[in-house]
Amino acid sequence: MNQGIRRALVAVVAAATLAVVAACGGGEESGTAAQEAGPVTLSVLTFNDYIPENLAEEFEKKTGNTLEITYITSNEDGIAKIEGAEPGTYDIAFLTSPFTQGLIAADKVEALDGSKIPNLANLYPEAAELAYDPGNAHSVPYSWGTTGICWRQDLVGDTVVDSWSDLLTPDDNLKGKVTMLDEDRWLLEPALKTLGFSLNTTDADELQQAVDLSIQAKSTLLGYDAETFYSKLVSGEAVAVQGWDGWCNYGTAEEANIQFVIPSEGSDLWVDTLVIPKGSTHIEQAHQFMDFILEPQNGQWVAENILYKVPNKAAMEALDPALLEQFPNMAIPPATLLEQEALEDLGEGQSAFTDAASKVKAG
Amino acid sequence: MLAPALVWWAIFLALPMGLVLATAFFKGGAYGAIIYEPTLRNLERALDPLYVGVLWHSVWLAMLTTAICLVLGYPAAVYIATRASARTRTLLLVLVILPFWTNFLIRTYAWIVLLNREGVVNGALEGLGIVDEPLSLLYNDAAVVLGLVYGYLPLMILPLYAAIERINPEVLEAATDLGARPLRALRTVMLPLIIPGIVAGCVFVFVPSLGNIPVPELLGGGRSEMIGNLINRQFLTTRDWPFGSMLVLALMVLLMALLVLQSFVLRRSRQVGVDG
Repeated sequence: MNQGIRRALVAVVAAATLAVVAACGGGEESGTAAQEAGPVTLSVLTFNDYIPENLAEEFEKKTGNTLEITYITSNEDGIAKIEGAEPGTYDIAFLTSPFTQGLIAADKVEALDGSKIPNLANLYPEAAELAYDPGNAHSVPYSWGTTGICWRQDLVGDTVVDSWSDLLTPDDNLKGKVTMLDEDRWLLEPALKTLGFSLNTTDADELQQAVDLSIQAKSTLLGYDAETFYSKLVSGEAVAVQGWDGWCNYGTAEEANIQFVIPSEGSDLWVDTLVIPKGSTHIEQAHQFMDFILEPQNGQWVAENILYKVPNKAAMEALDPALLEQFPNMAIPPATLLEQEALEDLGEGQSAFTDAASKVKAG
Repeated sequence: MLAPALVWWAIFLALPMGLVLATAFFKGGAYGAIIYEPTLRNLERALDPLYVGVLWHSVWLAMLTTAICLVLGYPAAVYIATRASARTRTLLLVLVILPFWTNFLIRTYAWIVLLNREGVVNGALEGLGIVDEPLSLLYNDAAVVLGLVYGYLPLMILPLYAAIERINPEVLEAATDLGARPLRALRTVMLPLIIPGIVAGCVFVFVPSLGNIPVPELLGGGRSEMIGNLINRQFLTTRDWPFGSMLVLALMVLLMALLVLQSFVLRRSRQVGVDG
C-alpha cells in the first residue's frame, strides 16, 4: 500500500481513538482541578532541542520538582495532544502566539497569577503589550522574532533586496534562485503584504488576489522550502529566500555574506509562549517553572544556541556584543518587532485561509 | 483456521477504511476537530478542478514513471534471466536489490546533491565546458519522474525477471524452428507468457509512485504537488482530516479501478494462453 494512504490511515485510526477517549472524558471541565501540593513531576510539551539540556536538572535542584518532557513536531501537533488527552495530562505547553491566542479564546488555558512569576520583571516592557495576550494574563513569552528575506549579498550583482516584491517578481539576478516558505501562515505572506492586506485576513476577495499573485510567482521560484532554505543560501543554490530571522542566522554562521532584512512592506511578529493547559493539577508548580524559565541564563541560552531573540531584557543585555555583531538580526530592537503585524488566531476563518494556501501549492 | 486472518483483516483493513469513509463525510472544525455533522462539502471541494488537476497530474507522472520503468526494466530482466551465467545472475539480482539497503529518503537526498545548481552534475558539465550556465535539473517534473523511476525500477525488474525466468527456453526455440522471426516470437510467444509479470510490475511501480510524498517534496521543490503531498498536508499541517479522508477515498477508488483492470487483463491473458 502506498505511503500516502498508510499515513492517512494511521492518522484516522488515531483520530477515532482520540474521539473515543475524549467522549469518555466526560465533556467540559469547569473551574480548577484539585491541586497537588509539594514537589511533583511537571509534564511539559515542547519542541525538540528548544530548551537547555540541563534545564530539568537545574529546575529540580532549585524547586524539587522533576520534569517529564514530551516533544511536539509542530504547533498543530501540540494542540492535538492537548485537546486529545485527558485534561491535566500536560502542565506546561510551548506554543506559538496565534495558537496561544486560540486556546485563550476557547478558555482552554489557566489564567496566570503574575505575583507568582516575579521574573516577569526581566522582560522588556513591550513584552507585556502583545496583542494575543495583553499583560501576560495567560502566557509568558519565551522567544520572539519575525520573518523576512535572507539573502546572499555577494551573489546578486548590484540588486538590492529589501522588499517582498523582489521575491515575487525577481529581476534577472534572482530569477530561479528564490525560495519561499510553504507553511500556511507564511505561504501567502509576501503576496498579502505586497498587496497591502493584513496577514490575518480571511476576506475571500483579498485571499483570492493573494493566491493569484503567489501562483504567478511560482514560475520564478526555485522551490518552496521551510526546512533547509539557509543551506540553499550557503551552497549558493538560492540567493534570496523568505525565512525566519533565527534560521537565517544558521546560514550566516556558515557564510558571512548571508544577510537578513525586514521587507519594506512590513512583516509578521511571532512569539513562542508558555501556557498552562486547563485541568492541570500542578498550577502552583507550573508557575514556578515559568518563573524559572524567565531567569536570564535560560533566555541567554536560547539566544546563544537557538539564535532567536528573546523578550527577556536581562538575558539580551547579558549577551556577548560579538554575537550581535556576527548576527545583526539579533540586535533588532523590540520596538521594531512590535511594528510588525502580530499573527493572530483566525478562528472560524482558518479554513478559508488554509484553502487559499492549498490552492497556491496545487496551482 | 480463518479466524486470525479475519480478525487481522477487520482490525487493520476494514476498520481503518471504514473510518476513512465515515470521516470523509463529516465537517472539519478549527485545529483539526471533527464535527460530527454529515456533509457533502468535502466531496464538493475534492471535485474542484484544482484538486482534480492535482490528482490527474499525479496519475500522469505515475504513468510516465511506469512506462519508463517498463522500457528500462524489460531488457534488464531479459538479460538477467536468459543471457547471464548463473553466477552473474545472482550478482545482478543482488545489485538490483542493493539500493533497498539504504533508506529511500537518503537516496532521494543524494539526487539533490547530484542535480542541484551547485551540484556534482552541473559542476562536471561546467568543468568540461559543455555548458556555461548551470542547468536547472532539479525542482521540476522531470526531476520528480527521475526520482520515482530510480526508486521503483527494481519493483519492475523483479516481477519481470520472475516471469521470464519461468519460460522454458525450448518454447522460444520451437517458435524459431517453426520459422518465426525474433520479433514475432517475442510478440506471439514470449509476451503472452510474461503478461502477468508485466502487469504485476506496472502495479508495483504505479501505486507507490502515485501516492509518493518525499520525491515531489524534495526533488520537485514543493512546486508541483502530487496527491500524496496534498493528503499528507491535510492530515499533518492543515489538520482538515475530513477533507484529507475524502482525498484518500478518491485515491482508493482510483486504485480499486486499477486493480479491477489488472484482474481483467490477467484473465484475458490466461484465456489467450489457452485459446492461442
